[in-house]
Amino acid sequence: MSEGVQEEVKTNPQGDVISAAPPPKADLKKGPATQRVVDPDYMFLEAPKDKIFITGSEAAKEAIRRANVDIAISYPITPQSETMQQVGYLYAEGYLKDYYRGEEEYGVMSAIAGASRSGVRCLTATAGPGLMRGMEVITSWPGGRLPCVLLIMCRVINAPLAIQPDNAELAFMLNSGCLLFHAENQQDFFDFALRAFPITEKCEVTLPAAVAVDGFFVTHARGWVELPSADLKLPPRDCYHEAVPMMDNENPPIRISRDAPIQKSNFISYQMHASWQQEVWAAVERSRKWIDRWFGGLIEVVNPGARIVIVASGAAVSQSREAVRQAGEQGLEVGLVKIKSLRPFPNEELIAATEHAEKIIIPEFNYVGWLAKEVRAVIPRTERVVNGPRVFGGMSMPTELILEKIFAQVRK
Amino acid sequence: MSLETVKPSPALKNFLPKEYQDLVEDGPFKKERKVSEMGSFKEILEEHPMCAGCAMTLFIRISLIALPSPEHTVIIGTAGCGRLALSQAAIPFIYGNYGDTNAVASGLKRGLAIRFQDTPKDVVVMAGDGGLADIGFSAVMHSWFRKERFTTVMLDNEVYGNTGGQESGMTQRGMVLKMAPTGKKFEKMDMMGLAKTAGVAYIARLAPTNPTRVYNTIRKAVLIAREVGPTYVQAYTSCNIEYAIPTPKVMDDAREVEKDRYGFTEILTDEAKKYWDALEAERRAKIGGAKKEVTSQEA
Repeated sequence: MSEGVQEEVKTNPQGDVISAAPPPKADLKKGPATQRVVDPDYMFLEAPKDKIFITGSEAAKEAIRRANVDIAISYPITPQSETMQQVGYLYAEGYLKDYYRGEEEYGVMSAIAGASRSGVRCLTATAGPGLMRGMEVITSWPGGRLPCVLLIMCRVINAPLAIQPDNAELAFMLNSGCLLFHAENQQDFFDFALRAFPITEKCEVTLPAAVAVDGFFVTHARGWVELPSADLKLPPRDCYHEAVPMMDNENPPIRISRDAPIQKSNFISYQMHASWQQEVWAAVERSRKWIDRWFGGLIEVVNPGARIVIVASGAAVSQSREAVRQAGEQGLEVGLVKIKSLRPFPNEELIAATEHAEKIIIPEFNYVGWLAKEVRAVIPRTERVVNGPRVFGGMSMPTELILEKIFAQVRK
Repeated sequence: MSLETVKPSPALKNFLPKEYQDLVEDGPFKKERKVSEMGSFKEILEEHPMCAGCAMTLFIRISLIALPSPEHTVIIGTAGCGRLALSQAAIPFIYGNYGDTNAVASGLKRGLAIRFQDTPKDVVVMAGDGGLADIGFSAVMHSWFRKERFTTVMLDNEVYGNTGGQESGMTQRGMVLKMAPTGKKFEKMDMMGLAKTAGVAYIARLAPTNPTRVYNTIRKAVLIAREVGPTYVQAYTSCNIEYAIPTPKVMDDAREVEKDRYGFTEILTDEAKKYWDALEAERRAKIGGAKKEVTSQEA
């Protein structure tokens, strides 16, 4: 930093000064006018990439810069605000066409529902209590067949309140009908956020997607991110190729309601509700091929065939990778299955990847152990599942905790 | 709309639903219809499951005729009686969650403004007193403070009619209703005053006693919302069931309430007034011009 230049001093929530971010690469400053639309396959799989060292929030910002988003609406909540104010700067630079701070999350999620019905590409983000507040609306998005992307920066939701990381909130998202991806690190947060947009807008999907990340551990910490040039952006949303008509009154005049009003108590409406739900969950399943294509599969497997296997998602994966390395140093090969997509859930993949496992350890950043329940619901011989280690309320997960579980299984 | 985007093959036209054919040939789209023409053209709202004698239904029916461009309008509602009629009207109707109308409308209007830069798309919220003043209160107020460009119409029957007759914030003090077994304890909420505080561009209050007035008020509200800022129409649309008003007396009650406490009121901001005056002058000049033309031709 040159002398005499006033730089904004960034602090973490505890008030400690965070050193200034590295200056962005020159091409990050060119602006929206220089961007050109490219095919998603090119953007995700072929385009040359630069490697930069940025926070998770900055990674999300870079994803949004390339996502050709029309409108972003959100309400500030730690640890989400860092990302959404960065998206505000993108709006100020002209990358987005509209942006505003909503009144609170119920209003925000409702406004997203309106914007998505108009046919534009929409983004929002929230965390913990904000997700809970918006949940009534979020669970109605899939039935409304509303493509949009919701970033979730996980934090404590239960009393006593805290801003600290804890992903218990994802237990609620599992049954919402939204696609749900869980990012391990800054790279995933960039990749998943960007790739979620075209998946949500595929005709056979036409659903919202949530991209979750563990707050602070990823959002406020730096990691290496490989990303394509900022001169590239995704094609705009093509709303007339989706599963339902837009609410833009460009349809022929007829007395048909696209959005089913509250249902009466009779068998036709029971049938209607049932078919609606079946179609939503069938659409969740139909997203698999795009996740396979653009995420490289719903899971990642390290050390296939190991007798002790860790199954994890989110930041727990990073800690598990290190535990696997340390166990390897001590001569024990431990497997790791990273779950990238929680909805759709990788049923077949997980059964295959844990087939030879004698013990399956599931470390989680929450008290309730929703991932362990998910895994048990899918795999055969559930007695192999070892709960935990689990940390919550903001605790970190030292690799010793995972290693302890691993070696306890060896001793048995 | 619509009439250009999707055009049926002439060979198939006769096989399309009669509703579609009538709406295209004899509907209100791209043709200005007046209240006095009611009954002589295909209306946006025809069949509905509302109660016999419901004043709200009459109000909604006239309001839909009044829309300045029904072919470019989207209506948003929420739980309540009004949506039973609105969901069967020939205009796209969004029915979201409880009390979300003005937040949904904010996102929708902004999205439509991005996509249709040369064609104004009108967004109209039409919901009850409970949906707007109670459960949707925060969304309503913030949409006004943000100066979102859409119209909010409150169908004020002063009760939760659809849920079976519970007290609402817009109920008169002292009324004995369900959930107010000893009478409502506080005054009817002053949504007009709140709208004024929030800087709503056009605010109107009326009872459906005069169809032409309903027509003019809704039209004005939608046009001002299109160009100036948020507009709010609060309409007394009595619940003859919960308030036990005999069906033939519904309009007598409306006249009585209008005289007593629901008189026609309009509040315009300076900007809205300026815009409306200019619009009116333009309209008069057009009519005058047309008359002149006719006169000169006659001469």
